[in-house]
Amino acid sequence: MENIIIEVKELNTYFDESHILKDVYLDIPRNAVTSLIGPSGCGKSTFLRTLNRMNDVIPTFKKEGTIFLDGKEIYDPDVDVVDLRKRVGMVFQKPNPFPKSIFENVAYGLRVHGNNDKNDLERRVEASLKEAALWDEVKDKLDDSAMGLSGGQQQRLCIARTIAVEPEVILMDEPCSALDPISTTKIEDLIHKLKNEFTIIIVTHNMQQATRVSKYTAFFLHGEIVEKGLTDKIFIEPEDKRTEDYITGRFG
Amino acid sequence: MARNWEEFLVEKVLLLAAISSIIIILLIIGFVIQQGLPAMEQVGPLNFIFGMDWSPSYNIYGVFPMIVGSLGMMTLALIFAVPLSIFGAIFLAEVAPKTMRRILKPTIETLAGIPSVVYGFFGLIVLVPFMRIHFGGSGFSMLTASIILTVMVLPTILSISEDALRSIPLEYKEASLALGATHWQTIKNVIFPAALPGIVTGIILGMGRAIGETMAVIMVAGNTPIIPGSILEPARALTSNIALEMGYALGLHYNALFATGIVLLMMIIVLLVITNYINYKRKVTVGGGYL
Repeated sequence: MENIIIEVKELNTYFDESHILKDVYLDIPRNAVTSLIGPSGCGKSTFLRTLNRMNDVIPTFKKEGTIFLDGKEIYDPDVDVVDLRKRVGMVFQKPNPFPKSIFENVAYGLRVHGNNDKNDLERRVEASLKEAALWDEVKDKLDDSAMGLSGGQQQRLCIARTIAVEPEVILMDEPCSALDPISTTKIEDLIHKLKNEFTIIIVTHNMQQATRVSKYTAFFLHGEIVEKGLTDKIFIEPEDKRTEDYITGRFG
Repeated sequence: MARNWEEFLVEKVLLLAAISSIIIILLIIGFVIQQGLPAMEQVGPLNFIFGMDWSPSYNIYGVFPMIVGSLGMMTLALIFAVPLSIFGAIFLAEVAPKTMRRILKPTIETLAGIPSVVYGFFGLIVLVPFMRIHFGGSGFSMLTASIILTVMVLPTILSISEDALRSIPLEYKEASLALGATHWQTIKNVIFPAALPGIVTGIILGMGRAIGETMAVIMVAGNTPIIPGSILEPARALTSNIALEMGYALGLHYNALFATGIVLLMMIIVLLVITNYINYKRKVTVGGGYL
């Protein structure tokens, strides 16, 4: 078995009385891309947001079971959620840059973690923008508002912002669903480039995207994982009839 | 054909409604200027605005002490009310549990609906004796008036600021939290700056209320037309000047009160222009159009 970074065991989550995730077991291999697929409302996004504790802000959220990051339960009382989110970054469905300059968007995460050294910030912002394949497009207008960028550029900026704080895991919640095909290709190329350095977990509705970017796939249905394993295996010869129906487009 | 007529009619009625308020404002301003200008001319505009002495019995009209009084009370009230309302708004928008917010917000908004004479009466009966006992003097002072004004402008600024804070898209907040920022860092660096234009609008409206308030100020400020030596001494506001003397003013005195109105209008216009300009300037300098 490969090197596992995140280990999820017997995970159940609830919002009020509604049972969202049911007995989820999933191992996420380090420095690889794992896709989460499944129809809307199947719990993929809830699962993703449980991994960096973004659901904590919802008062009715409740979680049972364990999630280990490098062997450490992330919901333990002694875990600082700020440190956790520094290690587990997130890119959202809708590009959501701050209404600040391009530079400040990338520098933001570094600043809130106490880095205020101007030279160091400049160096890291440049490195992150280069890594996110955005540097050449924005290097002459770093002080312009990020809101003036195109949707695809904004999303790459959000990725740059996330990798600037040097996380180990990047969660991506349908990062291309609001983008045009060309921007989507750029993001997918970027994912390929980033997977050597980061563990990436991506929620997607696009089957082709899952096959293009990910090595592993987990198929969610009604809050349960129906099938998981190597992407090639799942898409070529799925074991479960429901998986086959879904990936061939018979429902969802 | 009938439908077109209806469209036409609705459009015209809406237009009429929209311009009627402008026409009324222009009529009022025109009337005030027409009534006040003779006094301005006779006394001399500079003498009128910068004159230190207001003695209608001797035909001496200088409103500078009242300008100082109005600006002083407004400034003091804003110094108290702005931090209080902004922190209150942040608490309501970001920290308070839902049920608490549901009780607090309408309560605070009710404060804005209480008639100013009630505030003045409260000030007269409760605050003035309190000030007299604890700070000496008569208790009627610029500070006393500012405290009453603080309570009066607080709901305006707080309520509008809270709306502005809550209108910031959840996406900004999530993005910041997901980067490992704490709740307070998120409020300070993302939510508050994004809401600032709305908060400034609230402050401008509060400022307008503070400088235009008449009744409550008359009841607690002492109203002596002299520049106060300290904030614990009585002062008179421009609005009070008009309301106090309108009942018996004749001739030049009568016109001088309208001229006071002109000064008040000009002051409000200048303040509006300055605050709008600051807001506009800030928007432009912080990166390309937004924020």
